[in-house]
Amino acid sequence: MSSAAAKKPRPKYLSLSALLFEIRLPVPGWVSILHRISGALLFFPFAAWLLYLLDTSLASEQGYNHVRSYLSLPVAKLGLIVFIWAFAHHFCAGIRYLLLDLNKGIELPRARATSYMVLAAGILLTLFFAWRIW
Amino acid sequence: MVKRVVVGAHYGLGSWLAQRITAVIIAVYSLILLVMFMTGRPISYGVWRDLFAQGWMRVATLVAAVAIAWHAWVGVRDIVMDYAKHDGLRLGLQVITIVVLAGYLGWTVQILWR
Repeated sequence: MSSAAAKKPRPKYLSLSALLFEIRLPVPGWVSILHRISGALLFFPFAAWLLYLLDTSLASEQGYNHVRSYLSLPVAKLGLIVFIWAFAHHFCAGIRYLLLDLNKGIELPRARATSYMVLAAGILLTLFFAWRIW
Repeated sequence: MVKRVVVGAHYGLGSWLAQRITAVIIAVYSLILLVMFMTGRPISYGVWRDLFAQGWMRVATLVAAVAIAWHAWVGVRDIVMDYAKHDGLRLGLQVITIVVLAGYLGWTVQILWR
């Protein structure tokens, strides 16, 4: 008795190239890992950066003007756009998880559909706010 | 069905619940901020300073900051527990996380009540 599955070499160890190129995440998997990555980015460096900006802008009128001119630099705007994506994705994916916890949308077709919606919403919100701040 | 207890050291269910409750607090605070930015007066230093001079805004921001720190603690701890297998490394990263979050909170209080 030999099936195709039985001939596969086992055990199979996960190499970095396997993680990057062989294993293909399903869409809900992408929402999940991006939720994790965006959360880590919000913890550091973005929380520290935003606290620095809030601190400086509230300290004095001079500091406020400094923050305004700093945030008009292209590199600072790029940073803001990455922050906006991280926040938007984390926000939308988080709402999806809250609904999943309430057993809403747990059937596979709907779970896939809402995953695409979350990815798209994160990108569209980022584009919208990028357009607003540029 | 497994009977789970929310309080005490039981399966991390308390942390799980806290992460969801704090998520809702953070979402509400951010939406309020967003609406104020999108519909409010054009921002100048005076408007900005007066906004954070009001008592309710300071308290709301502090509540949001505590919720964010708590939420981030559960989330970052999950990440550390998943990827840092060595006990010493895991403990070190968790201590660093706590110190950073405590620092963020102290900094927030300093900014709000200058």
